[in-house]
Amino acid sequence: MGQSIWQSMEKKGYSRRQFLQFCSAAAAAAGFAQSGVAQVVSAFEKKEKPAVVWMHFQECTCCSESFIRASHPIVADALLDVLSLNYTETLMAASGFQAEKSLQDTIKNNKGKYIVLVEGAVPTKDGGVYCMIGGKTAESILQEVSKDAAAIVAWGSCASNGCVQAAKPNPTHATPIHKLVDKPVINVPGCPPIADVMMAVVTHVLVLGQIPALDSLGRPKEFYGRRVHDTCYRRPNYDAGLFVESFDDENARKGYCLYKLGCKGPVTYNACSVVRWNEGTSYPIQSGHPCIGCSEEGFWDNGPLYQHLSTFPGFGIESTADTVGTFVAAATLAGVAAHAVVTNVRKHKVIAEVHAEEEKEQ
Amino acid sequence: MSTTGIAAKSKFANGHPADYRRVYVWEMPVRAYHWINAIVLVVLCITGYLIGAPIRAFYASEAYQQYWFGWIRFLHFLCAYVYVFNFLMRIYWGFVGNKYAKWNNFFPLTKAQREEIMDVLKTDVFQVKLHGAISTGHNALAAFIYFFTFLAFCAQSITGFALYSSMSNSWIPRMFTWIVPLMGGEMSVRYWHHLFMWFFVTFIVVHIYLAFYHDYIEGRGTISSIVGGWKFDKMPEKKD
Repeated sequence: MGQSIWQSMEKKGYSRRQFLQFCSAAAAAAGFAQSGVAQVVSAFEKKEKPAVVWMHFQECTCCSESFIRASHPIVADALLDVLSLNYTETLMAASGFQAEKSLQDTIKNNKGKYIVLVEGAVPTKDGGVYCMIGGKTAESILQEVSKDAAAIVAWGSCASNGCVQAAKPNPTHATPIHKLVDKPVINVPGCPPIADVMMAVVTHVLVLGQIPALDSLGRPKEFYGRRVHDTCYRRPNYDAGLFVESFDDENARKGYCLYKLGCKGPVTYNACSVVRWNEGTSYPIQSGHPCIGCSEEGFWDNGPLYQHLSTFPGFGIESTADTVGTFVAAATLAGVAAHAVVTNVRKHKVIAEVHAEEEKEQ
Repeated sequence: MSTTGIAAKSKFANGHPADYRRVYVWEMPVRAYHWINAIVLVVLCITGYLIGAPIRAFYASEAYQQYWFGWIRFLHFLCAYVYVFNFLMRIYWGFVGNKYAKWNNFFPLTKAQREEIMDVLKTDVFQVKLHGAISTGHNALAAFIYFFTFLAFCAQSITGFALYSSMSNSWIPRMFTWIVPLMGGEMSVRYWHHLFMWFFVTFIVVHIYLAFYHDYIEGRGTISSIVGGWKFDKMPEKKD
């Protein structure tokens, strides 16, 4: 029988007050109202702490890097230390057969109770040979691990929508997790996702023992319900039509809207402008850089990053739909003008013929 | 010697004015639809282009002092609603209007329509004929192209509402939220919405030119017909 979070914290020398602080932080991170704190306390006191396995497939580990920078260290500490994070390639001390055994044990001993956190996409081409761990393909590991999982969380854009591995031409046929498992998957996109959002999602699953409210793309509504644009502090400049024209101009210094530098805020669903990064210090737009839309599907293929409109395929790098459209419209105008000239020449000929005929009749 | 329509017409017209009769082709709702659509489409193209590539129109030292980009977007959304309901009205009129407005004009279902398409192609594109036997209402080719334009209307309305849905609680745009994931995110929806704008720009150029062209070669009031509704139709052939 495993321990509850309170039991293991108590054993480590945390006071009751510290435990309650932790519960409040966790409740706040998960977006509960104050009345929800009691629920958290109760859950952490009584519920056996769930086993967590953190899988790494085709990814860059930026999600893990983000996660360990969560702004509530007590939560991070508790989740990484106090929780049974039984398997994670990046942080675990065990290696080789020992590590793989730990994974097997976790799956076996916590059937239907453990939580799977997946970082990275899974390549499916050529039998999945492009990502193998311990002699097994990522796909078979995923199937094995997810079969008896209580919940599956897809960390980051790789696991949620494929990210850079799945960018055209997607040579390894990298596939997001939700397309491979037939269980509900919580997608937490972003490259990486915001640390506090990751923390909140995990907390929600742990505390309530259920999946948070998800939108049609499987993302928690709490954090992905609004666009970066909707909550951006530069939004008034957008509505006023005050735009930064280049990175080094006066308007950039004044903090105008970055829309014309290709800001993808208006088409990106994320909580950056609310939660912010690095303990709420800043987020890209606040630092003067346009949003690149890293939490949106296919953002690599909708480039360039500093251009508002995607390039038009097959017409070189600098051609947007506008360039092509202008060309087509101009060509049409030219065609129409040529047509008008030909018509006039022909009509004159006919008029002359008619005149000749009329004269002949008279 | 040429035996084109112009020659034949001139012969009739020579001292026989009664050989042409007035036909009330475009009923008032059709004309209203045309002009509302024309105005709204031009405004949509201009504001849409500006939304994609805003210009430095006005300067203010503080954002609260102006709202011009907001107004551009408002105008775009407003016109979009007018455009959609105007289009729905036209679809309705395609069932209750006169024979020139009827829905079946827009599909080349009959052999006569298909033959006319060839005839119009010869007249307009290949220029081997100066004036074929072109029907009084929409010619069959134009009507068929309008059918594709209607499809573009639908595509533009659907992608437009899909983009608008995230900032609206109204049920009309909310009906199209599912389009966004289907098309792979808002970036690509916006891309297609933007690309379709150029279809309309090209259509406007060709449409205006061809309307003048047909007026010019047919000489029966094509241009004025969309203002007054009357066209002039050649009377059935009379043997002298």
